[in-house]
Amino acid sequence: MAKAATSDDSAKRRRRWTALLLAPAGLWFLALLVMPLAVVVVFSLGERAPAGGYAPALSLANYLNLPARWTAFRNTLVLAPIGTLVCLLAAYPLAYFLAVRTSPRYRLLLLILVIVPFWTSFLIRTYAWMFILGGRGLPALFEWIGFGEIRLINTPLSVLIGIVYGYLPLMVFPIFVSLERLDKRLLEAAADLGSTPWRSFRQVTLPLSAPGVITGCMLVFILLMGEYLIPQLLGGGKVFFIGNALVDLFLQSRNWPYGSAVAMSLVILMLATVTLYLRLTRRYGGRDVSLL
Amino acid sequence: MRAYAIAIYLFLYAPIALIVLFSFNSGLSASDFRGFSIAWYGKVAGNRFVLEAVTHSLIVAAASATLATLFGTMAALALQRVTGWLRAVFDGLTYVAIMVPGIVIGIATLIALVTAFDIVNDLLLAIWPADDPGAVPQLALGYGSIIAAHTLFSLALVIVLVRARIAGMDRSLVEAATDLYATPWGTFRQVTLPLILPAVVAGFLLSFTFSFDDFVIAFFVAGSKTTLPIYVFASIRRGVTPEINAIGTVVLLVSLLLLFSAQILLRRGAKPTRAT
Repeated sequence: MAKAATSDDSAKRRRRWTALLLAPAGLWFLALLVMPLAVVVVFSLGERAPAGGYAPALSLANYLNLPARWTAFRNTLVLAPIGTLVCLLAAYPLAYFLAVRTSPRYRLLLLILVIVPFWTSFLIRTYAWMFILGGRGLPALFEWIGFGEIRLINTPLSVLIGIVYGYLPLMVFPIFVSLERLDKRLLEAAADLGSTPWRSFRQVTLPLSAPGVITGCMLVFILLMGEYLIPQLLGGGKVFFIGNALVDLFLQSRNWPYGSAVAMSLVILMLATVTLYLRLTRRYGGRDVSLL
Repeated sequence: MRAYAIAIYLFLYAPIALIVLFSFNSGLSASDFRGFSIAWYGKVAGNRFVLEAVTHSLIVAAASATLATLFGTMAALALQRVTGWLRAVFDGLTYVAIMVPGIVIGIATLIALVTAFDIVNDLLLAIWPADDPGAVPQLALGYGSIIAAHTLFSLALVIVLVRARIAGMDRSLVEAATDLYATPWGTFRQVTLPLILPAVVAGFLLSFTFSFDDFVIAFFVAGSKTTLPIYVFASIRRGVTPEINAIGTVVLLVSLLLLFSAQILLRRGAKPTRAT
């Protein structure tokens, strides 16, 4: 092998290369993630300048004033968990069907067909529902059939439909992965021991798919917390989320310090969710499921 | 159960099909179908604002995807030999970049850049050797800020994808090349790069798709550079027209094309990676 001096030299050269390769990404993270988030923290402690924007101060007034936007927090904290739950209930049977009941020949194609909509324009897909639920879409059809006048758009229900439509693919995928890994012999063993199909499902399949369920729920919940487009287009200013309050605070009323405090509380709520998630997956011995 | 699956697929694809169908509507109103026509496509192609927005979007998507792919691949390659605190810091930052909601990224970038620009612009006004204040160059939101903000998310995406590929790579190939006296650069070019290339190209395509589709980050940091999603959002607020359906159909088609290329590339190669 090489002499000590050369290996020392090459180790030094390697370190220099590593630093060089990491530098652009590191600088990017620093300038466009760490610093901006630090600015949000600093601004959230300041006060609004008379003309809008930021004036330096050091107070918790913005945080104490958070209840002024209580409706946005309430809508988010009610509709995000309900949306996650409905997504889960809709996604589980499909993931089960794909992982257990479909022949491997079509499995991949069918799975890709579920995921494809998630990567196509979110704006256009949400707009499609505006079109369907709007006055001349389904309600007109219902009226023609004879159900009388029904209002669908700009209600919590329309927001919920948009949520399920937008995020269902994200829920199916991790559940599918955990169900596909499941050892089918366990189910045969349960059946041999006289267990009914329902009982096998409840005692074998469901607990073993828990990591996928938890991952899916967390992903959907986190994205829902920061949602803006669905409540904006399908809630029409009547059912608004924290995201809508943030757009209002930053782009309309230009109350940056208060907006920063709202943004910080959103991030804190999310961090709490992630921590809870890590605790839960560790308890179920789950591996993390890559989504991309 | 099969019926349920069919119902879900209908639920997923019917709204998309509806958009495509109504983009060929000859009627003026979006919601009553009068007959087949491609008039709205012609109208879109002749709309100066749409073309401008498409140009902005394409430039931003190409630039941010290129930067993210280059820097992300570099970082992923370096991270395979890094341990300890540096690796923990990069892991943490990558996940934060992916997890923090787009809306918070948009806000944070907006206020950080506007604050920084104010300071720099005041400085420029003070030191620039020109009598006319209008001649002094001033920083403003625009291409730079959207590209920078999109690159942040895409960078994290590329790092995750390429690292997954490297993790599934056969290390003995690299060792064999070194034993056979290949230079580090030769090993990289002839062994490592071909192995990670599918993930790199897929990362580029996904980054491009993300940037092209993103509304919420661009909404905050675009300044006067209206991207296509911002244009579509503004037209939706003005009222529903078949023009939006036509734009939507084209956008869906383009992202489907990019997506399938990415899928095929990610699946190529003997060893499946964790990425799907």
